[in-house]
This record gives sequence, structure tokens and C-alpha cells, in this order.
Amino acid sequence: MKISKSFKIYIHIILVFLVSQSLNSTEDFSKNIVIHEKPLIIKELKFKDFNLQDVDLTNKKGNIMIINFWASWCLPCRQEHVLLTQLSKEKNLKLLGVNFKDKKKQAEMFLNELGNPYDFLTKDELGKSSVKFGVYGIPESILVNKDLMILKKFVGPLSTEDYDSIVEIIN
Amino acid sequence: MKFKLLMIILLLNFSLVNGEEKKVDQNTIHKNLRCLVCQGQSIADSNSDFAQTIKLVVKDLIKDGKTESEIYAFMADKYGDWIVFKPQVNKQNFILWFLPYLALVLGGVIIFFLFKRRRN
Repeated sequence: MKISKSFKIYIHIILVFLVSQSLNSTEDFSKNIVIHEKPLIIKELKFKDFNLQDVDLTNKKGNIMIINFWASWCLPCRQEHVLLTQLSKEKNLKLLGVNFKDKKKQAEMFLNELGNPYDFLTKDELGKSSVKFGVYGIPESILVNKDLMILKKFVGPLSTEDYDSIVEIIN
Repeated sequence: MKFKLLMIILLLNFSLVNGEEKKVDQNTIHKNLRCLVCQGQSIADSNSDFAQTIKLVVKDLIKDGKTESEIYAFMADKYGDWIVFKPQVNKQNFILWFLPYLALVLGGVIIFFLFKRRRN
């Protein structure tokens, strides 16, 4: 069978394309970590507290912070709570908890039972504030630097690998 | 008299058309936003928690006077271009938008030359 010259060139182009694609692929094996291509900066940290009063935590920047979205009805949140409690012992890190679509009484029971690792505790009753942070669901944690620039975003419960990477960044 | 009446009708028509342009349709926006936690569903089709929240935010943004494209830009800023079914043309995706047209033109040119060669 005779193969035309143009067809051979075409096959070569396709092969070069496929090889370059596989060489350039930067697949991250930690599937739950989202790293933004261009740095995203959070402009403000405006929430409501547990008594539904407005709180502006933007002036609390200056610390590396984890913004953790959680709820008492969320089972994976229980799972990651141990790691959050451990992280709360780190001196260079502040924890901001955002209670997501939850009832006040149940959220308080959750914290009484498992402990409160958060330096700041806020509430997102309808989930609207979480959209500003690009949250898909809970649990989700966002690691921000002193200028509120997003360093990493952890979708799903924090794992021990995530814990190690956070500790590495803050120290 | 007829002329005045015609002018009034034209003016009314013009303001109505302008009014229509400014109106932001919530359903259209819901249909053009992807439910990121569902399989192939739009925000309009889904009853998931994520979709419900996005619907509330879209409602607020419309109330704040944001235009349709501003709402898409806001969502794309928060969740990436993937959330919009029909993403706006930008530096990253312009090849995707124009490649089919380019392929069409190139295909036409190739066919033209093939026919020309056969004739000769």
C-alpha cells in the first residue's frame, strides 16, 4: 500500500503534538489541591458572626490563614477536625472557620463535642459568601498568605499529606 | 397629526426595545452556567446545593444591577471559565474559538488546489 507524502507529514505532526502534550502535562497527583494559574487575592473577609451580626475580618490579614468551610451536618468535616485542631497549635497560622448553611445550636454542639480550633468563627447562613471564595461544597479549606493571596485550596477533607504541606509552608 | 402619531409610536417602540435590552433574564443565565458538582447539568436543571446557592447569588447580582456578561465574568473569576457553557473569548481560548473557522478556510483552500491539480 502506498502512503502519500502529505499523509506522512500529517501523521508526523499529530505525533509531535501528542508527545509535546504528554511532556507538558503537569498533572498533580494530589487531586484535591487546586493551584491557581494566576495568583488570586481575596479583597475582603466580610462575614456574619453566630449572632448574624456583620463582621469584617479583612484587618486580620498579616497572618498566614486557613479559611475553613465546615458544617455540623458534614461527616468529612468531623474527619478533618482532628487535623484542624493540630493546625490550631501552630503559632504562625490563624484559622478562620466559616460555618456553612448550618443551624447555630447544632454548630455549637459540634464544637463543644470536638473542640473549637478556630481563631475566628463566622457563619454563612445561605452559602452566598462562600461563592466569593469559589467554594464548591464542604469541607473546603483555603490557605492564604499575609496579603490574603490564595496559596492553595483544598477541596474535600484535609488529609495528612495536606497537613504536612501546610506545616511546610508556614514554617 | 399623522406624523406626530407616527413619531410617538416610534419613540415608544424605541424605548420598549431599549428596555428589553437592559432586562437581564435570570433563566438564561442559569441555563448558561454549569453545575460544577453535577454531571452535565446546568444550574437551571439542577437542584443540588451548589446550584441553589449559585441561583441565590445570581439573583443578588441582578438586584445589584449587574449585566449578564458581568455576572458570567464574576462566576468565571470565582470558578474558572468552565462554569460558563459559552465562555467569552479571551487570550487563553481564542484558538478554540477560531480554529474551526481556520480549519474550514484551510480545508476549502486544500480542496480548491486539489481540484485545480486534477483539472490540469
